[in-house]
Amino acid sequence: INHIVHNGGLYKRPFNEAFEETPMLVAVLTYVGYGVLTLFGYLRDFMRQWKIEKCQNATEREEQKDFVPLYQDFENFYNRNLYMRIRDSWNRPICSVPGAKVDMMERVSHDYNWTFTYTGRVIKDIINMGSYNYLGFAQKSGTCQEAAAKVLSQYGAGVCSTRQEMGNLDKHEELEKLVARFLGVESAMAYGMGFATNSMNIPALVGKGCLILSDELNHASLVLGARLSGATIRIFKHNNMQSLEKLLKDAIVHGQPRTRRPWKKILILVEGIYSMEGSIVRLPEVIALKKKYKSYLYLDEAHSIGALGPNGRGVVDYFGLNPEDVDVMMGTFTKSFGAAGGYIGGKKELIDYLRTYSHSAVYATSLSPPVVEQIITSMKCIMGEDGTTVGKARVQQLAENTRYFRRRLKEMGFIIYGNEDSPVVPLMLYMPAKIGAFGREMLKRNIGVVVVGFPATPIIESRARFCLSAAHTKEMLDTALKEINEVGDLLQLKYSRHRLVPLLDRPFDETTYEETED
Amino acid sequence: FQAPAYHLILEGILILWIIRLLFSKTYKLQERSDLTSKEKEELIEEWQPEPLVPSVPKEHPALNYNIVSGPPTHIITVNGKKCINFASFNFLGLLDNEKVKNAAQASLKKYGVGTCGPRGFYGTFDVHLELEERLAKFMRTEEAIIYSYGFATIASAIPAYSKRGDIVFVDEASCFAIQKGLQASRSNIKLFKHNDMADLERLLKEQETEDQKNPRKARVTRRFIVVEGLYMNTGDICPLPELIKLKYKYKVRIFLEESLSFGVLGEHGRGITEHFGINIDDIDLISANMENSLASIGGFCCGRSFIIDHQRLSGQGYCFSASLPPLLAAAAIEALNIMEDNPDIFQILRHKCERIHKALQGISGLKVVGESFSPTLHLQLEESSGSRENDVKLLKRVVDYCMNSGIALTQARYLDKEEKCLPAPSIRVVITVEQTEQELDKAASLLKEAAQSVLN
Repeated sequence: INHIVHNGGLYKRPFNEAFEETPMLVAVLTYVGYGVLTLFGYLRDFMRQWKIEKCQNATEREEQKDFVPLYQDFENFYNRNLYMRIRDSWNRPICSVPGAKVDMMERVSHDYNWTFTYTGRVIKDIINMGSYNYLGFAQKSGTCQEAAAKVLSQYGAGVCSTRQEMGNLDKHEELEKLVARFLGVESAMAYGMGFATNSMNIPALVGKGCLILSDELNHASLVLGARLSGATIRIFKHNNMQSLEKLLKDAIVHGQPRTRRPWKKILILVEGIYSMEGSIVRLPEVIALKKKYKSYLYLDEAHSIGALGPNGRGVVDYFGLNPEDVDVMMGTFTKSFGAAGGYIGGKKELIDYLRTYSHSAVYATSLSPPVVEQIITSMKCIMGEDGTTVGKARVQQLAENTRYFRRRLKEMGFIIYGNEDSPVVPLMLYMPAKIGAFGREMLKRNIGVVVVGFPATPIIESRARFCLSAAHTKEMLDTALKEINEVGDLLQLKYSRHRLVPLLDRPFDETTYEETED
Repeated sequence: FQAPAYHLILEGILILWIIRLLFSKTYKLQERSDLTSKEKEELIEEWQPEPLVPSVPKEHPALNYNIVSGPPTHIITVNGKKCINFASFNFLGLLDNEKVKNAAQASLKKYGVGTCGPRGFYGTFDVHLELEERLAKFMRTEEAIIYSYGFATIASAIPAYSKRGDIVFVDEASCFAIQKGLQASRSNIKLFKHNDMADLERLLKEQETEDQKNPRKARVTRRFIVVEGLYMNTGDICPLPELIKLKYKYKVRIFLEESLSFGVLGEHGRGITEHFGINIDDIDLISANMENSLASIGGFCCGRSFIIDHQRLSGQGYCFSASLPPLLAAAAIEALNIMEDNPDIFQILRHKCERIHKALQGISGLKVVGESFSPTLHLQLEESSGSRENDVKLLKRVVDYCMNSGIALTQARYLDKEEKCLPAPSIRVVITVEQTEQELDKAASLLKEAAQSVLN
């Protein structure tokens, strides 16, 4: 399905999102592949049960053999028989800074991935297309690192107390003022973990008697936060505004399910960039709907803050909207700022309420000081307040890399999901065997990629996901593209039937964001 | 071949009836949605939601944080005043230890600050693997797993094993992180009175009789007991030997939360299992956070590989979250080194705890809650004024008096509406290895003075 939408002036520039349909033959072959694997799985389980094959799982203690089994056998069927075969594609240990090039520790397995041994050799200079390093702030030298080193020697690594007790350092106050300025909101609050920001603050905002409308493909932290809050959850189709509007209308007209009482409040949960699909939320339409139906919007900008928009201020900046229209702006510092933690920004009443009632402020340790300093320095760099144009250059470099990489992959004939401007590029693999093969072949050619399969994605839609970075130079991208082309031919991954005609390579300049035609 | 006339007429009527049914309007059984679209518009216009958040009064005690300028170490500058720190959980004084800072600096120069990815996607550093190995070796278990946030450790560990339909017996005074983990797991929660083994046994017996009614279900219902080594809310320890007996008698697994007792109890700081001399394999899962004794950030779980390995795919805080920044992991490794090299600090800490516990007895108006060797005590009002708000105000005045005279204290903070069993308001006193005997005595006498002037 191809959407190129101008939608009556809500969008100031074209919104190109594509999710090409799975070719029928490929879908059938994928199911056949999974069927064969399942059959073999049953066979191996049978052999293991009858001791024909050695069982290499860890097992329960002798003294506790008569306890109720901790895991159901079937729960782990997928784990034992499918995941274990390609387990070497994940949890790859690295031993250098996760920048554009990374060093990996080599590991081998002599028993088909049940155990790994480290050979001691280090594979150097692998092009890193898996780390969330959008603006290239994962560096081991430079202003950010020096500032963090100074704060580390002054403050130490830990904090040993919660925000409300004795853990509120002056650094935290400085950070929060800066974040509020960066986002263009009245006030902000920072937390120690991005996942926990969602799972601990959504329950503080909504409770029983409220309604949460959440996108189909929301992240696990949003789903957990919604569940813990006790509110009613309704799911709308991914990025589908008609589905959302229908749910909103029904909710207000019919009220709560059995008592028919009106809802106390309605909260819409969306993400800026969805990391598995590479799609960008249709924010202008969501805001229009939110205003029409008087609901509240919670925007999770984990991947989009710093990575989208001409000034790097995220998806609100990308669409040219007013940050005050979004009630709760949440994001993380892990991806574009090269640090750790999360934040929530919004009106002063909201942040005052969260400072008093957020679970994280009362029970969880605050951010570590060197991490705070890294965020402060990198944020000032992006805003241009450190006196250089490094930040702006990086934002532009990322946008250029994104456009170039996506266009070249589409020209080669791969199926690429998602929006043209999103730095998360999913390349469809579909078949289970290709998941492992793609990861291994790319590693042989010194390129590190991330492959994802079930259960993070639907069962036939396994994919390889590239995360572009401002630290990638054009040469690195060209090398990577050459290798991807080779592997694509080797594994027959070029499924696309809508080949793009290769365009002339145009240089990227400041006018690119003002153009409305490509 | 002629059919009889009545047959033809009957069939003709049937055909006409079918045609009528096909073309008539559908008959809805539900009465809903006879609303016209105009009425729907009106309803949408009329509906007024509550404000997103209620407004918080300016003087709310939890709104105005203490601002600490500079590092929260032994001498701490709170709101501009230099005080001796009796409020941060820096039990072993490792927060500003030079060796720890140097190790973190070296790691910063090698890896930068953030890891830019979860453990599964190029976020596993050799530092993480080393820390996991060291923790497993220190605690003498097979394997350990690291989380990047202390709160998320136990809150992700419990739902990984306990699902809907399973039964968890948990102590009333357990901390908030455990409560959130239990809520996320959707299991049946049975609370037993704090440290009351008779109450727990009663609940277990009740469960046993339930099981006999339905043995098929009982065979697949997992049971767990969740307890803390040293309770944060009451400062006392759980009776672990009795729990082990109950475990084998009723076939229940034990999850032990050792955030406060790791690095405090036991001859070498291995926690409550070393304190009681229990074989560590008898405990199914030990979870602790590294934010207290190890003065870093994050948490870990340790136990047998059979149990811990499961969390690598089903622990939500592990799979879906970025990994711990390497500099914090390096700081934790160095802190572990120091703990292993100086096993006498645990004795020194215990000595100081006992000293101040004795010194704080007999303050008029305040009672000490906590064991004598617990490094965190609570001072509660002997007689409550009747309303929690007033109690909190009184305690705040005591705390302010002490802060003005150079001892930094804090009240224990809770979320009043969310806690299952809300503890009484109290002042938290934390003892660290760095406090000298004079400072301990000064704190005790200052608290006596404050209690005298405020409460009498």
